[in-house]
Amino acid sequence: MLLPILEEAAATVHLAHLDDLWFQITGTLCNLACRHCFISCSPHNHTFGFIPRAQVEEALAESVALGVKEYYFTGGEPFLHPDIVPLVCQALRLGPVTILTNATVLRDDWLRELAHAERESLYSLEFRVSLDGYEAERNDAVRGAGTFARTMQGVRRLLEHGFLPVITVAHVEEELSPETLYHCFVEMLRRFGYDRPRVKILPLLRLGAETQRTRGYLPQERVTAEMLADFDLDQLLCRHARVLTDRGVYVCPILLEAADARLGDDLQSGLRSFSLRYSACYTCYLHGTICANASAQRRDL
Amino acid sequence: MLRRIALFGGIYNNYLALEAALRDIRQRGVDGIYCLGDFGAFGPHPDRVFPLIWDYQVECIQGNYDQSLARDLPDCQCGYTDPRDNYFARISYEYTYQHTSPENRRWLGTLPTQRRLLLGRYRVLLCHGSPRKINEFLWESTTSTAFLQWLCATYEADVICATHTGIKWQRNLEAIQTSGRGSPLLGRTMTEACAHSKATTAKLFVNVGVLGRPENDGTPRVWYTILEADPELRVEFVPVEYDYRRLAREMRDEKLPEEFVETILTGWWTTCLEILPAKERKRGKF
Repeated sequence: MLLPILEEAAATVHLAHLDDLWFQITGTLCNLACRHCFISCSPHNHTFGFIPRAQVEEALAESVALGVKEYYFTGGEPFLHPDIVPLVCQALRLGPVTILTNATVLRDDWLRELAHAERESLYSLEFRVSLDGYEAERNDAVRGAGTFARTMQGVRRLLEHGFLPVITVAHVEEELSPETLYHCFVEMLRRFGYDRPRVKILPLLRLGAETQRTRGYLPQERVTAEMLADFDLDQLLCRHARVLTDRGVYVCPILLEAADARLGDDLQSGLRSFSLRYSACYTCYLHGTICANASAQRRDL
Repeated sequence: MLRRIALFGGIYNNYLALEAALRDIRQRGVDGIYCLGDFGAFGPHPDRVFPLIWDYQVECIQGNYDQSLARDLPDCQCGYTDPRDNYFARISYEYTYQHTSPENRRWLGTLPTQRRLLLGRYRVLLCHGSPRKINEFLWESTTSTAFLQWLCATYEADVICATHTGIKWQRNLEAIQTSGRGSPLLGRTMTEACAHSKATTAKLFVNVGVLGRPENDGTPRVWYTILEADPELRVEFVPVEYDYRRLAREMRDEKLPEEFVETILTGWWTTCLEILPAKERKRGKF
Protein backbone atom coordinates (compact mmCIF):
# COMPACT_ATOMS: atom_id res chain seq x y z
CA MET A 1 0.00 0.00 0.00
CA LEU A 2 1.31 3.43 -0.88
CA LEU A 3 1.89 5.80 1.99
CA PRO A 4 0.07 9.12 2.06
CA ILE A 5 1.63 11.87 -0.05
CA LEU A 6 2.24 15.18 1.64
CA GLU A 7 -0.19 17.72 0.29
CA GLU A 8 -0.94 19.78 3.37
CA ALA A 9 1.48 21.84 5.49
CA ALA A 10 4.20 19.83 7.22
CA ALA A 11 3.87 19.06 10.92
CA THR A 12 5.84 21.21 13.33
CA VAL A 13 7.85 19.66 16.15
CA HIS A 14 8.74 21.70 19.23
CA LEU A 15 11.87 20.93 21.17
CA ALA A 16 10.69 19.27 24.41
CA HIS A 17 14.09 19.66 26.06
CA LEU A 18 17.67 19.80 24.82
CA ASP A 19 18.74 16.33 25.97
CA ASP A 20 21.41 15.75 23.34
CA LEU A 21 23.90 18.30 22.12
CA TRP A 22 25.71 17.24 18.96
CA PHE A 23 28.92 18.75 17.69
CA GLN A 24 29.51 18.49 13.94
CA ILE A 25 33.09 18.85 14.99
CA THR A 26 34.82 18.29 11.64
CA GLY A 27 31.93 19.46 9.48
CA THR A 28 31.75 17.49 6.23
CA LEU A 29 35.45 16.70 6.18
CA CYS A 30 36.40 13.05 6.38
CA ASN A 31 39.40 10.96 5.39
CA LEU A 32 36.96 8.58 3.66
CA ALA A 33 34.35 9.18 0.95
CA CYS A 34 31.74 6.50 1.57
CA ARG A 35 29.30 5.85 -1.24
CA HIS A 36 26.28 6.01 1.08
CA CYS A 37 27.20 9.07 3.14
CA PHE A 38 24.05 11.11 3.68
CA ILE A 39 25.99 14.38 3.79
CA SER A 40 28.59 13.32 1.19
CA CYS A 41 31.57 13.77 3.50
CA SER A 42 35.00 13.48 1.91
CA PRO A 43 38.51 14.93 2.16
CA HIS A 44 37.35 17.71 -0.17
CA ASN A 45 33.85 18.57 1.04
CA HIS A 46 34.28 21.92 2.79
CA THR A 47 30.57 22.73 2.98
CA PHE A 48 30.95 22.60 6.76
CA GLY A 49 34.35 23.09 8.36
CA PHE A 50 35.98 22.31 11.70
CA ILE A 51 34.33 24.02 14.70
CA PRO A 52 36.92 26.18 16.48
CA ARG A 53 37.80 24.94 19.97
CA ALA A 54 36.59 28.14 21.65
CA GLN A 55 33.16 27.77 20.07
CA VAL A 56 32.81 24.22 21.40
CA GLU A 57 33.93 25.32 24.85
CA GLU A 58 31.42 28.15 24.85
CA ALA A 59 28.62 25.78 23.88
CA LEU A 60 29.66 23.28 26.57
CA ALA A 61 29.48 26.02 29.20
CA GLU A 62 26.11 27.17 27.89
CA SER A 63 24.78 23.60 27.82
CA VAL A 64 24.94 23.24 31.59
CA ALA A 65 22.33 25.93 32.19
CA LEU A 66 20.15 24.27 29.56
CA GLY A 67 20.32 20.92 31.38
CA VAL A 68 21.86 18.97 28.52
CA LYS A 69 21.97 15.25 29.28
CA GLU A 70 24.46 13.84 26.71
CA TYR A 71 27.06 15.05 24.20
CA TYR A 72 27.80 13.59 20.76
CA PHE A 73 30.81 14.34 18.55
CA THR A 74 30.43 13.58 14.87
CA GLY A 75 31.64 14.69 11.43
CA GLY A 76 33.11 13.90 8.99
CA GLU A 77 35.69 12.05 10.97
CA PRO A 78 35.94 13.64 14.44
CA PHE A 79 39.52 12.48 14.99
CA LEU A 80 40.74 14.75 12.21
CA HIS A 81 40.05 17.71 14.52
CA PRO A 82 43.27 18.85 16.22
CA ASP A 83 41.49 19.50 19.53
CA ILE A 84 39.18 16.50 19.63
CA VAL A 85 40.89 14.82 22.60
CA PRO A 86 40.95 17.82 24.97
CA LEU A 87 37.40 18.76 23.94
CA VAL A 88 36.07 15.26 24.67
CA CYS A 89 37.91 15.29 28.01
CA GLN A 90 36.27 18.61 28.83
CA ALA A 91 32.81 17.38 27.84
CA LEU A 92 33.29 14.24 29.96
CA ARG A 93 33.46 16.42 33.05
CA LEU A 94 29.94 17.61 32.32
CA GLY A 95 28.18 14.56 30.94
CA PRO A 96 28.36 11.37 28.91
CA VAL A 97 30.04 11.56 25.52
CA THR A 98 29.60 9.53 22.36
CA ILE A 99 32.04 9.78 19.44
CA LEU A 100 30.96 8.62 15.99
CA THR A 101 34.10 7.56 14.17
CA ASN A 102 35.37 5.35 11.37
CA ALA A 103 38.25 4.35 13.70
CA THR A 104 40.83 4.51 10.90
CA VAL A 105 42.97 7.33 12.30
CA LEU A 106 43.02 6.49 16.02
CA ARG A 107 46.29 6.82 17.90
CA ASP A 108 47.32 5.01 21.05
CA ASP A 109 48.32 8.17 22.92
CA TRP A 110 44.87 9.68 22.24
CA LEU A 111 43.10 6.56 23.42
CA ARG A 112 45.27 6.38 26.53
CA GLU A 113 44.27 9.93 27.42
CA LEU A 114 40.60 9.33 26.67
CA ALA A 115 40.56 6.12 28.71
CA HIS A 116 42.07 8.03 31.61
CA ALA A 117 39.49 10.81 31.23
CA GLU A 118 36.67 8.28 31.28
CA ARG A 119 38.05 6.57 34.38
CA GLU A 120 38.18 9.95 36.12
CA SER A 121 34.69 10.90 35.00
CA LEU A 122 31.31 9.91 36.38
CA TYR A 123 30.23 9.42 32.81
CA SER A 124 30.54 6.93 29.97
CA LEU A 125 32.58 7.54 26.86
CA GLU A 126 31.04 5.60 24.00
CA PHE A 127 32.69 4.96 20.65
CA ARG A 128 30.38 4.25 17.76
CA VAL A 129 32.42 2.77 14.93
CA SER A 130 31.01 2.75 11.40
CA LEU A 131 31.49 -0.49 9.50
CA ASP A 132 29.11 -1.50 6.76
CA GLY A 133 30.09 -5.05 5.79
CA TYR A 134 31.07 -8.03 7.93
CA GLU A 135 33.64 -9.01 5.29
CA ALA A 136 36.26 -6.80 3.66
CA GLU A 137 34.76 -7.15 0.20
CA ARG A 138 31.28 -6.16 1.35
CA ASN A 139 32.47 -3.22 3.44
CA ASP A 140 35.07 -1.85 1.07
CA ALA A 141 32.61 -1.73 -1.80
CA VAL A 142 30.82 1.04 0.11
CA ARG A 143 33.46 2.59 2.32
CA GLY A 144 36.53 2.35 0.08
CA ALA A 145 39.42 -0.04 -0.56
CA GLY A 146 41.24 -1.21 2.55
CA THR A 147 38.83 0.39 5.01
CA PHE A 148 37.66 -2.89 6.55
CA ALA A 149 41.18 -3.78 7.67
CA ARG A 150 41.89 -0.24 8.89
CA THR A 151 38.66 0.01 10.84
CA MET A 152 39.14 -3.41 12.44
CA GLN A 153 42.62 -2.32 13.45
CA GLY A 154 40.96 0.67 15.13
CA VAL A 155 38.47 -1.62 16.85
CA ARG A 156 41.36 -3.69 18.19
CA ARG A 157 43.03 -0.53 19.51
CA LEU A 158 39.81 0.51 21.25
CA LEU A 159 39.49 -2.93 22.86
CA GLU A 160 43.12 -2.84 23.98
CA HIS A 161 42.46 0.45 25.74
CA GLY A 162 39.45 -1.01 27.56
CA PHE A 163 36.64 0.46 25.45
CA LEU A 164 33.62 -1.52 24.26
CA PRO A 165 32.86 0.10 20.90
CA VAL A 166 29.40 -0.12 19.37
CA ILE A 167 29.75 -1.20 15.75
CA THR A 168 27.17 0.75 13.74
CA VAL A 169 26.14 -0.79 10.47
CA ALA A 170 24.22 1.05 7.79
CA HIS A 171 21.78 -1.34 6.18
CA VAL A 172 23.40 -1.03 2.75
CA GLU A 173 22.97 -4.73 1.97
CA GLU A 174 19.24 -4.49 1.67
CA GLU A 175 18.89 -8.09 0.52
CA LEU A 176 19.87 -9.20 4.05
CA SER A 177 17.39 -8.74 6.89
CA PRO A 178 18.55 -6.58 9.82
CA GLU A 179 18.47 -9.71 12.03
CA THR A 180 20.71 -11.67 9.65
CA LEU A 181 23.08 -8.76 9.35
CA TYR A 182 23.20 -8.41 13.12
CA HIS A 183 24.09 -12.08 13.59
CA CYS A 184 26.75 -11.98 10.86
CA PHE A 185 28.42 -9.00 12.54
CA VAL A 186 28.23 -10.54 16.00
CA GLU A 187 29.83 -13.74 14.74
CA MET A 188 32.55 -11.88 12.84
CA LEU A 189 33.38 -9.74 15.88
CA ARG A 190 33.53 -12.76 18.19
CA ARG A 191 35.91 -14.50 15.80
CA PHE A 192 37.96 -11.31 15.78
CA GLY A 193 38.30 -11.52 19.56
CA TYR A 194 35.63 -9.03 20.68
CA ASP A 195 33.98 -11.29 23.25
CA ARG A 196 30.98 -9.08 24.01
CA PRO A 197 30.24 -7.38 20.71
CA ARG A 198 27.84 -4.46 20.60
CA VAL A 199 26.18 -3.97 17.22
CA LYS A 200 23.61 -1.44 16.04
CA ILE A 201 21.98 -1.74 12.61
CA LEU A 202 20.98 1.62 11.14
CA PRO A 203 18.46 2.26 8.38
CA LEU A 204 19.67 3.91 5.18
CA LEU A 205 19.28 7.63 4.81
CA ARG A 206 18.51 8.27 1.16
CA LEU A 207 20.29 11.59 0.99
CA GLY A 208 23.65 12.84 -0.24
CA ALA A 209 25.89 10.26 -1.88
CA GLU A 210 23.36 7.49 -1.20
CA THR A 211 21.02 8.96 -3.83
CA GLN A 212 23.64 8.08 -6.44
CA ARG A 213 24.36 4.59 -5.06
CA THR A 214 20.70 3.49 -4.89
CA ARG A 215 17.94 6.06 -4.95
CA GLY A 216 16.56 9.10 -3.17
CA TYR A 217 13.31 9.18 -1.22
CA LEU A 218 10.13 8.53 -3.14
CA PRO A 219 7.57 11.35 -3.25
CA GLN A 220 5.27 9.50 -0.88
CA GLU A 221 8.01 8.93 1.71
CA ARG A 222 7.11 11.97 3.79
CA VAL A 223 5.75 12.75 7.25
CA THR A 224 2.37 14.43 7.27
CA ALA A 225 0.67 16.14 10.20
CA GLU A 226 -1.92 13.39 10.12
CA MET A 227 0.72 10.70 10.61
CA LEU A 228 1.78 12.34 13.87
CA ALA A 229 -1.70 12.14 15.41
CA ASP A 230 -0.97 9.18 17.73
CA PHE A 231 2.75 9.16 17.28
CA ASP A 232 5.32 9.29 20.11
CA LEU A 233 7.15 12.49 19.18
CA ASP A 234 10.02 11.57 21.49
CA GLN A 235 11.13 9.16 18.78
CA LEU A 236 12.20 12.13 16.66
CA LEU A 237 15.67 13.51 17.21
CA CYS A 238 14.48 17.07 16.60
CA ARG A 239 12.29 16.70 19.70
CA HIS A 240 15.29 16.53 22.04
CA ALA A 241 18.51 17.38 20.16
CA ARG A 242 20.32 20.11 18.24
CA VAL A 243 23.62 20.11 16.41
CA LEU A 244 26.29 22.78 16.56
CA THR A 245 28.29 23.37 13.37
CA ASP A 246 30.82 25.98 12.32
CA ARG A 247 27.94 27.71 10.55
CA GLY A 248 25.45 27.82 13.41
CA VAL A 249 22.97 25.52 15.09
CA TYR A 250 21.07 23.01 12.97
CA VAL A 251 18.07 20.89 13.76
CA CYS A 252 19.79 17.50 13.43
CA PRO A 253 22.96 15.96 11.99
CA ILE A 254 21.03 14.40 9.11
CA LEU A 255 19.56 17.56 7.59
CA LEU A 256 22.66 19.72 7.37
CA GLU A 257 22.02 20.37 3.69
CA ALA A 258 18.35 21.26 4.09
CA ALA A 259 17.55 24.87 3.36
CA ASP A 260 15.78 25.78 6.61
CA ALA A 261 17.51 23.32 8.96
CA ARG A 262 19.75 26.09 10.27
CA LEU A 263 17.83 27.37 13.29
CA GLY A 264 20.13 29.98 14.78
CA ASP A 265 23.58 31.39 15.42
CA ASP A 266 23.90 29.92 18.90
CA LEU A 267 22.28 27.36 21.16
CA GLN A 268 19.62 29.68 22.55
CA SER A 269 18.41 30.79 19.16
CA GLY A 270 18.67 27.24 17.84
CA LEU A 271 16.03 25.91 20.21
CA ARG A 272 13.06 26.98 18.12
CA SER A 273 10.66 24.50 16.52
CA PHE A 274 11.10 22.77 13.17
CA SER A 275 8.76 21.66 10.40
CA LEU A 276 9.15 18.09 9.15
CA ARG A 277 9.15 18.96 5.48
CA TYR A 278 12.02 16.72 4.47
CA SER A 279 11.83 13.16 3.27
CA ALA A 280 14.60 12.04 5.63
CA CYS A 281 12.23 12.82 8.52
CA TYR A 282 10.33 9.79 7.28
CA THR A 283 13.25 7.52 8.24
CA CYS A 284 13.23 8.93 11.79
CA TYR A 285 9.47 8.49 11.84
CA LEU A 286 9.73 4.83 10.84
CA HIS A 287 12.77 3.80 12.85
CA GLY A 288 12.78 6.07 15.88
CA THR A 289 15.72 8.10 17.05
CA ILE A 290 18.29 6.22 15.02
CA CYS A 291 21.14 8.39 16.26
CA ALA A 292 20.56 7.71 19.98
CA ASN A 293 22.37 5.08 22.01
CA ALA A 294 20.43 2.03 23.22
CA SER A 295 20.91 3.18 26.81
CA ALA A 296 18.79 6.24 26.03
CA GLN A 297 15.85 4.32 24.58
CA ARG A 298 12.40 5.42 25.67
CA ARG A 299 9.12 4.87 23.94
CA ASP A 300 5.57 5.78 24.78
CA LEU A 301 3.63 2.93 26.30
CA MET B 1 5.57 14.02 59.42
CA LEU B 2 7.69 11.59 57.43
CA ARG B 3 11.33 11.44 58.54
CA ARG B 4 12.59 8.07 57.43
CA ILE B 5 11.29 5.94 54.58
CA ALA B 6 12.29 2.75 52.79
CA LEU B 7 12.15 2.50 49.00
CA PHE B 8 12.68 -0.18 46.43
CA GLY B 9 11.72 -1.07 42.89
CA GLY B 10 11.93 -3.91 40.40
CA ILE B 11 10.59 -6.85 42.39
CA TYR B 12 10.55 -8.91 39.18
CA ASN B 13 8.48 -11.67 40.87
CA ASN B 14 11.24 -12.24 43.44
CA TYR B 15 8.90 -12.68 46.39
CA LEU B 16 11.66 -14.26 48.49
CA ALA B 17 13.89 -11.19 48.30
CA LEU B 18 10.84 -8.98 48.85
CA GLU B 19 9.92 -10.84 52.05
CA ALA B 20 13.50 -10.65 53.34
CA ALA B 21 13.67 -6.93 52.59
CA LEU B 22 10.31 -6.17 54.21
CA ARG B 23 11.31 -8.02 57.40
CA ASP B 24 14.55 -6.09 57.53
CA ILE B 25 12.75 -2.79 56.95
CA ARG B 26 10.22 -3.53 59.71
CA GLN B 27 13.03 -4.33 62.11
CA ARG B 28 14.80 -1.07 61.34
CA GLY B 29 11.63 0.98 61.71
CA VAL B 30 10.49 3.48 59.09
CA ASP B 31 7.58 5.90 58.62
CA GLY B 32 6.61 4.43 55.25
CA ILE B 33 7.56 1.84 52.64
CA TYR B 34 7.42 2.66 48.92
CA CYS B 35 7.69 0.47 45.85
CA LEU B 36 8.53 2.31 42.63
CA GLY B 37 7.12 -0.30 40.29
CA ASP B 38 7.88 -3.31 38.11
CA PHE B 39 6.35 -6.06 40.20
CA GLY B 40 6.71 -8.67 37.50
CA ALA B 41 9.36 -10.11 35.13
CA PHE B 42 12.20 -12.56 35.30
CA GLY B 43 11.33 -14.66 38.38
CA PRO B 44 8.70 -17.28 39.30
CA HIS B 45 5.17 -17.09 40.73
CA PRO B 46 4.15 -13.44 40.19
CA ASP B 47 1.05 -13.69 42.37
CA ARG B 48 3.11 -14.41 45.50
CA VAL B 49 4.32 -10.80 45.51
CA PHE B 50 0.96 -9.10 46.02
CA PRO B 51 -0.06 -10.41 49.49
CA LEU B 52 3.31 -9.28 50.87
CA ILE B 53 2.84 -5.81 49.42
CA TRP B 54 -0.57 -5.52 51.03
CA ASP B 55 0.42 -7.09 54.39
CA TYR B 56 3.25 -4.63 54.85
CA GLN B 57 1.14 -1.71 53.57
CA VAL B 58 3.64 -0.78 50.89
CA GLU B 59 2.67 2.35 48.98
CA CYS B 60 3.14 1.62 45.28
CA ILE B 61 3.50 3.32 41.95
CA GLN B 62 3.33 1.78 38.52
CA GLY B 63 6.31 0.67 36.47
CA ASN B 64 6.33 0.11 32.71
CA TYR B 65 5.95 -3.65 33.23
CA ASP B 66 2.91 -3.11 35.42
CA GLN B 67 1.38 -0.74 32.91
CA SER B 68 1.88 -3.27 30.12
CA LEU B 69 0.31 -6.08 32.19
CA ALA B 70 -2.62 -3.91 33.23
CA ARG B 71 -3.30 -2.81 29.67
CA ASP B 72 -2.89 -6.32 28.18
CA LEU B 73 -0.08 -5.03 25.97
CA PRO B 74 1.91 -7.58 23.95
CA ASP B 75 5.28 -6.81 25.58
CA CYS B 76 7.01 -5.02 28.45
CA GLN B 77 7.90 -1.97 26.33
CA CYS B 78 11.47 -1.83 27.58
CA GLY B 79 12.49 -0.82 24.09
CA TYR B 80 15.16 -3.41 23.33
CA THR B 81 16.42 -3.63 19.77
CA ASP B 82 18.94 -6.44 20.24
CA PRO B 83 17.20 -9.62 18.99
CA ARG B 84 18.64 -11.71 21.85
CA ASP B 85 17.44 -9.26 24.50
CA ASN B 86 14.03 -9.17 22.86
CA TYR B 87 13.84 -12.98 22.82
CA PHE B 88 14.38 -13.20 26.57
CA ALA B 89 12.19 -10.17 27.31
CA ARG B 90 9.35 -11.90 25.48
CA ILE B 91 9.72 -15.13 27.49
CA SER B 92 9.78 -13.18 30.72
CA TYR B 93 6.76 -11.07 29.84
CA GLU B 94 4.64 -13.95 28.55
CA TYR B 95 5.34 -16.04 31.66
CA THR B 96 4.51 -13.13 33.96
CA TYR B 97 1.35 -12.22 32.07
CA GLN B 98 0.07 -15.79 32.12
CA HIS B 99 0.79 -16.26 35.82
CA THR B 100 -0.55 -12.93 37.11
CA SER B 101 -4.23 -13.18 37.99
CA PRO B 102 -6.63 -10.83 36.21
CA GLU B 103 -7.47 -9.26 39.61
CA ASN B 104 -3.84 -8.48 40.30
CA ARG B 105 -3.34 -7.12 36.81
CA ARG B 106 -6.33 -4.87 37.32
CA TRP B 107 -4.90 -3.73 40.66
CA LEU B 108 -1.65 -2.78 38.92
CA GLY B 109 -3.72 -0.64 36.59
CA THR B 110 -5.11 1.35 39.54
CA LEU B 111 -1.68 2.49 40.74
CA PRO B 112 -0.51 6.06 40.18
CA THR B 113 2.57 6.65 38.03
CA GLN B 114 4.07 9.15 40.48
CA ARG B 115 3.79 10.18 44.12
CA ARG B 116 4.83 13.28 45.97
CA LEU B 117 5.84 13.30 49.65
CA LEU B 118 7.22 15.73 52.15
CA LEU B 119 10.17 14.14 53.93
CA GLY B 120 11.18 16.55 56.65
CA ARG B 121 11.39 19.82 54.74
CA TYR B 122 12.21 18.16 51.41
CA ARG B 123 9.82 17.74 48.50
CA VAL B 124 10.28 14.19 47.28
CA LEU B 125 9.04 12.98 43.90
CA LEU B 126 8.76 9.22 43.39
CA CYS B 127 8.66 7.88 39.85
CA HIS B 128 9.61 4.72 37.98
CA GLY B 129 11.93 5.72 35.10
CA SER B 130 12.03 9.49 35.23
CA PRO B 131 9.49 12.18 36.10
CA ARG B 132 8.82 12.73 32.40
CA LYS B 133 8.67 9.15 31.14
CA ILE B 134 7.87 5.89 32.89
CA ASN B 135 10.39 3.88 30.84
CA GLU B 136 13.26 6.35 30.59
CA PHE B 137 16.57 4.87 31.70
CA LEU B 138 18.50 7.16 34.02
CA TRP B 139 21.86 5.41 34.29
CA GLU B 140 24.56 6.82 36.51
CA SER B 141 27.03 7.11 33.66
CA THR B 142 24.69 8.61 31.06
CA THR B 143 22.78 11.15 33.12
CA SER B 144 24.45 14.50 33.55
CA THR B 145 24.13 16.43 36.77
CA ALA B 146 22.87 19.41 34.74
CA PHE B 147 20.00 17.29 33.44
CA LEU B 148 19.07 16.10 36.93
CA GLN B 149 19.09 19.70 38.14
CA TRP B 150 16.79 20.58 35.27
CA LEU B 151 14.44 17.74 36.27
CA CYS B 152 14.34 18.94 39.89
CA ALA B 153 13.57 22.50 38.80
CA THR B 154 11.00 21.53 36.18
CA TYR B 155 9.17 19.04 38.39
CA GLU B 156 9.53 21.17 41.55
CA ALA B 157 11.25 18.54 43.66
CA ASP B 158 14.22 18.56 46.03
CA VAL B 159 14.64 14.83 45.77
CA ILE B 160 13.77 12.58 42.84
CA CYS B 161 13.68 8.83 43.43
CA ALA B 162 13.48 6.40 40.52
CA THR B 163 14.38 2.80 39.67
CA HIS B 164 13.92 1.02 36.25
CA THR B 165 17.59 0.50 35.35
CA GLY B 166 18.22 -2.22 37.92
CA ILE B 167 21.34 -0.62 39.40
CA LYS B 168 21.27 1.72 42.39
CA TRP B 169 23.07 5.06 42.51
CA GLN B 170 22.73 8.51 44.00
CA ARG B 171 23.96 11.97 43.10
CA ASN B 172 24.12 15.18 45.02
CA LEU B 173 23.10 17.98 42.67
CA GLU B 174 25.20 20.94 43.60
CA ALA B 175 26.71 23.54 41.34
CA ILE B 176 28.77 22.33 38.40
CA GLN B 177 32.15 23.66 37.37
CA THR B 178 32.35 24.02 33.62
CA SER B 179 36.11 24.28 33.41
CA GLY B 180 39.13 23.02 35.26
CA ARG B 181 39.95 19.46 36.18
CA GLY B 182 36.77 17.90 37.53
CA SER B 183 34.37 19.20 40.09
CA PRO B 184 35.14 18.68 43.77
CA LEU B 185 31.41 18.82 44.42
CA LEU B 186 30.46 15.88 42.30
CA GLY B 187 30.21 12.49 43.95
CA ARG B 188 30.12 13.79 47.52
CA THR B 189 27.94 12.02 50.03
CA MET B 190 24.69 13.75 50.81
CA THR B 191 25.75 14.45 54.41
CA GLU B 192 28.88 16.24 53.22
CA ALA B 193 26.87 18.14 50.66
CA CYS B 194 24.28 19.27 53.19
CA ALA B 195 26.97 20.47 55.54
CA HIS B 196 28.43 22.40 52.63
CA SER B 197 25.21 24.09 51.58
CA LYS B 198 23.21 24.79 54.71
CA ALA B 199 21.86 28.00 53.26
CA THR B 200 20.21 26.34 50.26
CA THR B 201 17.94 23.35 50.05
CA ALA B 202 19.99 20.39 48.91
CA LYS B 203 18.93 18.57 45.77
CA LEU B 204 19.34 14.87 45.31
CA PHE B 205 18.67 12.12 42.81
CA VAL B 206 18.45 8.52 44.00
CA ASN B 207 18.02 5.38 41.97
CA VAL B 208 16.74 3.15 44.75
CA GLY B 209 17.84 -0.13 43.16
CA VAL B 210 15.83 -3.31 42.65
CA LEU B 211 14.96 -6.36 44.71
CA GLY B 212 14.35 -8.65 41.76
CA ARG B 213 17.81 -9.49 40.57
CA PRO B 214 21.40 -8.73 41.52
CA GLU B 215 22.94 -5.61 40.05
CA ASN B 216 25.58 -7.17 37.81
CA ASP B 217 28.26 -7.10 40.50
CA GLY B 218 29.05 -10.80 40.83
CA THR B 219 27.15 -11.27 44.11
CA PRO B 220 23.63 -12.64 44.59
CA ARG B 221 22.55 -9.85 46.96
CA VAL B 222 19.91 -7.28 46.01
CA TRP B 223 19.27 -3.78 47.36
CA TYR B 224 16.77 -1.38 48.84
CA THR B 225 17.18 2.20 50.07
CA ILE B 226 16.55 4.07 53.30
CA LEU B 227 16.04 7.80 52.82
CA GLU B 228 16.12 9.99 55.87
CA ALA B 229 15.68 13.70 56.61
CA ASP B 230 16.94 14.11 60.16
CA PRO B 231 16.97 17.00 59.50
CA GLU B 232 19.53 16.75 56.68
CA LEU B 233 19.12 14.25 53.88
CA ARG B 234 20.82 10.91 54.23
CA VAL B 235 20.76 7.94 51.86
CA GLU B 236 21.60 4.40 52.86
CA PHE B 237 21.69 1.56 50.36
CA VAL B 238 20.88 -1.67 52.18
CA PRO B 239 21.98 -5.07 50.84
CA VAL B 240 19.49 -7.90 51.16
CA GLU B 241 20.58 -11.48 51.64
CA TYR B 242 17.86 -13.99 50.83
CA ASP B 243 17.43 -17.63 49.81
CA TYR B 244 18.47 -17.15 46.21
CA ARG B 245 19.20 -20.84 45.76
CA ARG B 246 15.56 -21.59 46.49
CA LEU B 247 14.52 -18.94 43.97
CA ALA B 248 16.79 -20.55 41.39
CA ARG B 249 15.23 -23.98 42.08
CA GLU B 250 11.75 -22.56 41.68
CA MET B 251 12.74 -20.80 38.43
CA ARG B 252 14.01 -24.10 37.05
CA ASP B 253 10.82 -25.86 38.18
CA GLU B 254 8.88 -23.22 36.23
CA LYS B 255 11.12 -23.80 33.20
CA LEU B 256 12.30 -20.22 33.10
CA PRO B 257 15.45 -19.70 31.01
CA GLU B 258 18.70 -20.98 32.46
CA GLU B 259 20.19 -17.56 31.60
CA PHE B 260 17.89 -15.96 34.21
CA VAL B 261 18.78 -18.60 36.79
CA GLU B 262 22.47 -17.98 36.19
CA THR B 263 22.02 -14.28 36.99
CA ILE B 264 20.27 -15.10 40.26
CA LEU B 265 23.03 -17.53 41.26
CA THR B 266 26.09 -15.60 40.11
CA GLY B 267 25.04 -11.96 40.26
CA TRP B 268 26.11 -11.33 36.64
CA TRP B 269 23.58 -10.14 34.08
CA THR B 270 23.30 -12.46 31.11
CA THR B 271 20.44 -10.67 29.32
CA CYS B 272 19.24 -7.06 28.78
CA LEU B 273 22.86 -6.16 28.11
CA GLU B 274 22.26 -3.92 25.10
CA ILE B 275 20.80 -1.11 27.16
CA LEU B 276 23.81 -0.91 29.47
CA PRO B 277 26.04 2.11 28.86
CA ALA B 278 29.77 1.51 28.49
CA LYS B 279 30.75 2.05 32.12
CA GLU B 280 28.03 -0.13 33.58
CA ARG B 281 28.65 -2.79 30.94
CA LYS B 282 32.35 -2.91 31.69
CA ARG B 283 31.68 -3.59 35.37
CA GLY B 284 29.83 -6.77 34.42
CA LYS B 285 31.12 -10.09 33.16
CA PHE B 286 29.19 -10.34 29.88
